[in-house]
Amino acid sequence: MGVEIEIKDLTKSFGKQVIWHDVTLTVPAGEICVMLGPSGTGKSVLLKTLIGLLKPDHGSIMIEGTDIASCPEKELYEIRKLFGVLFQDGAMFGSMNLYDNVAFPLREHTKKSESEIKKIVMEKMDLVGLLGTEDKLPGEISGGMRKRAGIARGLVLDPEIVLFDEPDSGLDPVRTSFLNQLIIDLNAQINATFLIVTHDVNTARKVPDNIGLLYHKHLAMFGPREMLLSSEEPVVRQFLNAQVVGPIGMSEEKDADELEAEKDMELPPLPPIPLQQEPSNGIPRASQRPPGEWCKLNGVTPPPGSFAKDMNMTIGA
Amino acid sequence: MSNAVASRVLAPVGTAGKLFAFGLDVGRSLFKRPFQTREFIQQAWFIASVTIVPTALVAIPFGAVIALQVGGLIKQFGAQSFTGSASVLAVVREAGPIATSLLIAGAGGSAIAADLGARKIREELDAMMVLGIDPIQRLVVPRVLACMLVAVFLNGLVSVVGVMGGYFFNVVLQDGTPGAYLASFTALAQLPDLWQGMAKALVFGLIAAIVACYKGMNAGGGPKGVGDAVNESVVITFMLLFVVNFVMSAIYFQLVPPKTG
Repeated sequence: MGVEIEIKDLTKSFGKQVIWHDVTLTVPAGEICVMLGPSGTGKSVLLKTLIGLLKPDHGSIMIEGTDIASCPEKELYEIRKLFGVLFQDGAMFGSMNLYDNVAFPLREHTKKSESEIKKIVMEKMDLVGLLGTEDKLPGEISGGMRKRAGIARGLVLDPEIVLFDEPDSGLDPVRTSFLNQLIIDLNAQINATFLIVTHDVNTARKVPDNIGLLYHKHLAMFGPREMLLSSEEPVVRQFLNAQVVGPIGMSEEKDADELEAEKDMELPPLPPIPLQQEPSNGIPRASQRPPGEWCKLNGVTPPPGSFAKDMNMTIGA
Repeated sequence: MSNAVASRVLAPVGTAGKLFAFGLDVGRSLFKRPFQTREFIQQAWFIASVTIVPTALVAIPFGAVIALQVGGLIKQFGAQSFTGSASVLAVVREAGPIATSLLIAGAGGSAIAADLGARKIREELDAMMVLGIDPIQRLVVPRVLACMLVAVFLNGLVSVVGVMGGYFFNVVLQDGTPGAYLASFTALAQLPDLWQGMAKALVFGLIAAIVACYKGMNAGGGPKGVGDAVNESVVITFMLLFVVNFVMSAIYFQLVPPKTG
């Protein structure tokens, strides 16, 4: 079972530039969360802070009773063994072939024999569909393969928390869908806590249990998927539906004049909420909720056409 | 305003402090087990392979130029019989460690900084930390030790090649006698000269490796950052090494009295 991440009043700045301030949220154990935000809002910084690569200015990140933000280096290295992290470009070790890359954490942290290691590595390579490429160097394979290899390496130690830094950047739509399916299947299989940082709204609409939105140096909203997808909050609405009208401009936020100009513009109606993507074996995940449950419980009427079986998923068109 | 000025003035102090703290971290990680023997041997081999040939090629003209200078000067004093000892002393005490340091910083250090810098910007170092492995213990310590080891050996190489070069120039080109060259050798040179040369090489190797690793691991801003890191590491190492060389020479002359007779 996964582990809960409790983030409280987290603030981070580089010099005088505040990245985000007072971010408070709880990533529930075993669920899939997506952290969204326009480019340059510090999503990756948040991820790096969560694993202790960057120290926040203040605030705390509690994982199993340990505060990542203030614990000593030694504990940090221990607690990081709970994590599996996928970096943007896979961050494979360039001097090792894929097999050695994936075997690396096992060789460093366990006393397993080479034959046991081989079994685990092959299993994970199979999981991400990379069997047969073990002898390749990271420089010899495509970006998508590097990402998948990065996932395999992140999974060999059976992590309780899996972090993805933009798993879909630089991938074609088909591979992105496969990757999303892989993420869902993995969650069903290992029940770990998943946190995905991305700016791909299609992923955000279909994959997660919870969505968070970072905007203008703070956490604009965090909650169940249906809550954000049915939200009338301008920023959330604009971003999740990839629209031009709204407070987000080309560079950070729009100024007063621009906002004044589009004051009378009619916002397009909220698109229907799609069904959540299911594991490929059809058995719902432990943390998956029935479609429309949140809306019903909170008395929110979902946009017409929501939760239809054969819906066109494309938005922002 | 005064705040900004103060922070700008004090910035180098901060950098020096960070470098020193990094050195202490490396010292602490030195005793962490398991020791990375494989990485150490690979790195030692790599550093040796990029430095041996250039070192030998630098050592020959170095020995020769000292022989020429000293030979000419000593002739004017009328003490030709001491040419050998003078040039040998210069090579073993100063030229050896200095040539070693130039090569270790220029060839070995730049390679280390480039390697670690590339790993840094590809997020490999982050990935390593996230996998629960301390890059200082895993990557930096073996490199520092390898650099020190290779520096000591290079120092020996420079001494031997430099003395041979000096001998060749003195005997063949300056009409010195082989016997006088070798006899005067023992008149002034003493064993501590050799020890201090090796001690210097050891310290130079340490400094070069630590600066290179520090700069490499703190590279930022894409491929250009790596280039800058390599450049800065070489410049900083050179400056540090020449200062340290002076200090160590001064201490040596205080501690070891010159040989008389």
